[in-house]
Amino acid sequence: MTSWLLVMPIAVPFATAVLAYLMRRAPSGRWISLTGSVLSLVASIALLIAVLNEGVIAAQMSNWDAPFGITLVADYLGVVMVVITAITGLATAVYALGEIPERIEHLGYHALFQTLIAGVTGAFLTGDLFNLYVWFEVMLISSFGLLVLGGTREQLDAGIKYVALNLVSTIIFLSGIGLLYGVTGTLNMADLREAVANAEDQTLITVIAMMFMVGFGVKAGVFPLFFWLPASYHTPTFAVSAVFAGLLTKVGVYAMMRMFTLVFVGDVGFTHEILIWVSLLTMLTGVLGAAAQTDFRKILSFHIISQIGYMTLGLALYTPLALMGGVFYLVHHIIVKANLFLVSGVANKLAGSTDLRRIGGLYKSSPFLAALFIVPAFSLAGFPPLSGFWAKYLIVKAAIELDAWFVAFIALFVGLLTIFSMTKIWGMAFWKPHPDGIDPVPERVPAKIRVPMMLPIIGLAIMTVVIGFFPEPFVQFAETAATQLLDPSDYVTTVLGAQR
Amino acid sequence: MEALTALVVGLLVAASVYLMLARNFMRFLFGLILLSNAANLVIFASGRMTKGAPALVPYGADTPAGVVGNALPQALVLTAIVIGFGLLAFTLALAFETYRRLRTMDTDKMRVAEPKDADEDMK
Repeated sequence: MTSWLLVMPIAVPFATAVLAYLMRRAPSGRWISLTGSVLSLVASIALLIAVLNEGVIAAQMSNWDAPFGITLVADYLGVVMVVITAITGLATAVYALGEIPERIEHLGYHALFQTLIAGVTGAFLTGDLFNLYVWFEVMLISSFGLLVLGGTREQLDAGIKYVALNLVSTIIFLSGIGLLYGVTGTLNMADLREAVANAEDQTLITVIAMMFMVGFGVKAGVFPLFFWLPASYHTPTFAVSAVFAGLLTKVGVYAMMRMFTLVFVGDVGFTHEILIWVSLLTMLTGVLGAAAQTDFRKILSFHIISQIGYMTLGLALYTPLALMGGVFYLVHHIIVKANLFLVSGVANKLAGSTDLRRIGGLYKSSPFLAALFIVPAFSLAGFPPLSGFWAKYLIVKAAIELDAWFVAFIALFVGLLTIFSMTKIWGMAFWKPHPDGIDPVPERVPAKIRVPMMLPIIGLAIMTVVIGFFPEPFVQFAETAATQLLDPSDYVTTVLGAQR
Repeated sequence: MEALTALVVGLLVAASVYLMLARNFMRFLFGLILLSNAANLVIFASGRMTKGAPALVPYGADTPAGVVGNALPQALVLTAIVIGFGLLAFTLALAFETYRRLRTMDTDKMRVAEPKDADEDMK
């Protein structure tokens, strides 16, 4: 029963991908994809309920006992990521009904999309390091496909940079796995904790840890490894960029959180100190890069980078409160960021471009969309009482408790600059009149396209508001997740069985 | 044997870094191929190499007789090779299509997605 619970969130999107590929030329293909996304959400909520009732759960694939076989394991952090992946997947699947043209559907859009979701979910659930690499690859190859689907010149150009840098990071990650196996003789993440702690040459372990930090760092988009992100995220279709923005970098952050709390904790003073500086520089460069941009999606892309800094900061400070903030930030950010990219898609549909200098008048023509933009935008900047306020509050409080005043100052300063960027989008896209003198008319977009594009935006905005007004259960959840991360004895015993 | 492999890995990485620093994307891609093979050799060597002892279980037995080579790294390398092959095939196709459409392999000139001067984009 447990193993079914753990397998379903991965198996459902894979099965959907196969069906959707077979039906890619039929109109039913998109409905298959949508049904698959609904079922994925059901499966992941079932898993969530099981984890809430029983704590950490694990299953050995094909009954090969850990540490020899592949383990799937769900703790609080893992399961909340799975649920949020399914939510984002469903939101963008609905959005795709309106946005994705038939031409792109025929190329297998839905199959690639579902494979991407399966890869992301797999990465959150696996308890085996090499298996994590495989999930990264599943995710990567489907994201390559999604990025260039449509084949405009911008997409190909962006694809080259995205593919090249991500492949290098994957190889660094793979070499790290090889070396770690050479030192410890195991690949099971729970087993690695003990094996790494007992390793003779701790210096070598630290070197390997740095390889992992670089490998995951490229995926997460931290300073100075983020250059592939703003080069590519503004080019694919809006549904794709929303999934990328919501989920892909966060897999890197998740992997970093997992490895640097579970396995590489031998020299926290060294590794996590580096991570603090990396996080601060990530926050600053991201937000300053955004200030120079005038494209809706490019601004948002740079803000992904700056927000990633907050999450890695939560890990870097390495206190219960900071990690709790990091986990909370991760969840809040996925919802908000995916939503902002979805809004940019609607703005593009209504006003005809994402270049802020070419559009305008959206507030006048669609005040409803403007209100829906305000929610995620101000949540991103950390306005109370939206979800982003609590996320930032936890991180800054953790920094102040450590007397890290400089860190707290930077975190607040970056929040201020975020408001600047958001008001820039607000002013240029929504407030100022359209430069061509024609106001965008929402009614000109057929309801068949408009309704599916607006529904997920409304849904995600409601979630942001709910988390903002009732943060208590979410904060408590994040607290348990952080406790499990800092003391993974439950995780280890569940995976390795009672014999230890 | 491990020492020799380590040397080969070093050579491969050095050559691949040299290639990847080039502006021509094809050279970068060749560098990437070398780098991915270097990573495969790292995994292979990290399982320790045993001479002439394949990990075969005799018929009717549960465990192999005597000391045999470590089969796990071989499985890992095999997986990594297959995945790497697929990714590189995709990258090659992408490079070809990009060349066809952008008419350049010089990564410095690939500025369609990020124009150097954003104002030129307006004209």
